[in-house]
Amino acid sequence: MAEFHKPKALTDAPLHYCPGCTHGIIHRLVAEAIDELGIQGKSICVASVGCSVMAYDYFDVDCVQAAHGRAPAVATGVKRSDPSKIVFTYQGDGDLASIGTAEIVHAAARRENITVIFVNNAIYGMTGGQMAPTTLPGMVTQTSPYGRDVTKVGFPMKMVEMLSQVDGAAYLERVAVNNVANVRKAKKAILHAFTNQVENKGFSLVEVISSCPTNWGKSPAKALEFIQTDMIPYYPLGVYKDIYDEGGNQ
Amino acid sequence: MATTKMVFAGFGGQGILFAGKFMAYNGLIADRQVSWLPSYGPEMRGGTANCNVIVSDEPIGSPIVDKPDVLVAMNLPSLDKYEDTVVPGGKIFVDSTLIERKVRRTDVDVYYIPATRLASEKKLDTLANMIITGKLVKEVDGFSLDNVQEVLSHIVSARHQDLLGFNRDALELGYNYQ
Amino acid sequence: MSEKVLMKGNEAIAEAAIKAGCNFYFGYPITPQTEVAAYMAKRMPKIGGTFLQAESEIAAINMVIGVASTGKRVMTSSSSPGISLKSEGISYLAGCDLPALVVNVQRGGPGLGGIQPSQSDYFQATKGGGHGDYRNIVLAPSSVQEMAALTVKGFNLADKYRMVAMILADGTMGQMMEPVAIDDIEIETGEKPWALTGTECRRPRNIVNSLYLKPDVLEQKNFERFEKYKQIEENEALYESYMMDDADICIVSFGITARIAKNAIATARAKGIKAGLIRPITLWPFPKKPLLEAADKCRAFISVELSMGQLVEDVELATRCKKPVYLCNRTGGMIPSPDEVVAAIEKADKEAK
Repeated sequence: MAEFHKPKALTDAPLHYCPGCTHGIIHRLVAEAIDELGIQGKSICVASVGCSVMAYDYFDVDCVQAAHGRAPAVATGVKRSDPSKIVFTYQGDGDLASIGTAEIVHAAARRENITVIFVNNAIYGMTGGQMAPTTLPGMVTQTSPYGRDVTKVGFPMKMVEMLSQVDGAAYLERVAVNNVANVRKAKKAILHAFTNQVENKGFSLVEVISSCPTNWGKSPAKALEFIQTDMIPYYPLGVYKDIYDEGGNQ
Repeated sequence: MATTKMVFAGFGGQGILFAGKFMAYNGLIADRQVSWLPSYGPEMRGGTANCNVIVSDEPIGSPIVDKPDVLVAMNLPSLDKYEDTVVPGGKIFVDSTLIERKVRRTDVDVYYIPATRLASEKKLDTLANMIITGKLVKEVDGFSLDNVQEVLSHIVSARHQDLLGFNRDALELGYNYQ
Repeated sequence: MSEKVLMKGNEAIAEAAIKAGCNFYFGYPITPQTEVAAYMAKRMPKIGGTFLQAESEIAAINMVIGVASTGKRVMTSSSSPGISLKSEGISYLAGCDLPALVVNVQRGGPGLGGIQPSQSDYFQATKGGGHGDYRNIVLAPSSVQEMAALTVKGFNLADKYRMVAMILADGTMGQMMEPVAIDDIEIETGEKPWALTGTECRRPRNIVNSLYLKPDVLEQKNFERFEKYKQIEENEALYESYMMDDADICIVSFGITARIAKNAIATARAKGIKAGLIRPITLWPFPKKPLLEAADKCRAFISVELSMGQLVEDVELATRCKKPVYLCNRTGGMIPSPDEVVAAIEKADKEAK
């Protein structure tokens, strides 16, 4: 029976995330993938802006903190500087799907050989619960107090669907971390996204449907339920693109 | 102590900037100070092109030529625009194939060269610029065709080295034009 | 001694950067600096370097941040509107203490402005541009040879002080050709133990970061940075002094206008007015000392510049308003003729007794 340990690729710093937040799970999955591939010593993390802004405190690898939305561009520079390094970004929905839309689309278009962990919890957490590009129709937030009115503020961004139309993207999958089965699938997807980079297969992105109990105004358990009942129906899980899917060859 | 300030002007595509470069390199190879400043931007695309060239025995201050000693005008708008800027006693070179009118100034030396017609007759199409430049070398103090091969090797790009001979022929044609 | 060749200023910057060991260039096309990108696109693949045309100026400067964080020499170039877009990244470079070279071949503004030469980004370059308490080292070339030399110097200073060095040129400097020899390059780059190279699990991780949520810690960071800036002000100010020994009227000007000023000074002296020039080569640190000294000897100063009057404020500050400071300027892409500068000299000579 295996013992439960903290992955080596995580530091001892206590996480600052709210109780019930699933960032902690996703951090762990990333760190496990790094451990399993034995790439801690050559990994470089690009932290973004949002709740995960201090990811550099938690991942025990070299880190650079990027401006809001710019992580894929910073990661491009880091990777181009030394392609033998394993470079990943860890971005939230405001960062990746709003202010950084151009950067993520073009990093994908260039098939930049990086790994992107995209955490979608449909809200701006760090600034206290404002409407995100991925906020569901009708969902109440601080800046959509009467519910997101798509006729006025537009529709949520479905990033993996959108990126699946970009020729350069190599691997795109949407997962969730609301129950054990989904966490296992998420683990597999994240490991795959890192493995792709090790094997020089190019741009790999995993969108992780995550919860925000604090800003959703729900208990942690209710928040996980909300993922199942509301988020997943709007953001269906699955592999959206894997150019190496059949027989391992493109 | 000599300083020669030149303006080359014409249509985009006539090789105006190239002619200016030839004179600049001509000066450089003679160990003189030189500057070459082109007009840039949309006006170059199909419109007018011009460049300012200064060749001097002293360090060059401003590379901008507002009172040229030498004007090369390869179309009418250029002559209209720059004729009055030439210093008294300066020289104006006119492509008389493309510019029908005469220079109005009487205090400058004027050279009419039917460069475009000569280029066409001698199968040196597109090299009217170098024909007129050949005449310039002959008439303006401080320049020569002694190192023409070397100068051309600097400004003719590697993939067009086969055109080097034609450029030299055009320069000599202009140089010897009476 | 290598042979002198004619090069455009923009090309001289690019070649000098490569000779200075810069193997990474990220940019976006904009007139009048596009030749830098074009030159890099041609040369970088041949030396095993990286040229990448980014999706935006913003992406380009962030790619610069990425390479800079790994400790390698890297640059970007643009023109005024593009530098505004890069300003976010420049602030981050400052906040992360990362070295990089940024080139601004200025054009007229504000807004989309025009494409003709300008110096109206002087404030933006010397007073910050992006948000926060920071400085850039700003170098102002006045010839194609200086475009090359200051590029090398910029990389060296950037590495020495771990900060952005900016070349502040203009359309004329970028587009004109002059003889240039790029040789005897001295590359001064120290150890970079802070660089992100992967820990190899043998050293504690390095973090490149500009976020400090505790105000006392951020204040301390800013204090330390400004200690460094103070040293730079003491040690790195560069200027050219031209015919200043007996000058009554001191022109202050950089870049293309300094050259026009030299023509005007010759004319003024022929008319019996003793004019001279102090040409700042570093705009930050600003050469305050020679200006203050000149304030004791000259009757008046004239700032000759391509803006509505930006440099003139630093001249007033540096001379502590001891003597009148006149402004001789054009803007929007217009350039003063030597005659206009002569007229300004004559006016100053008459008025300032």
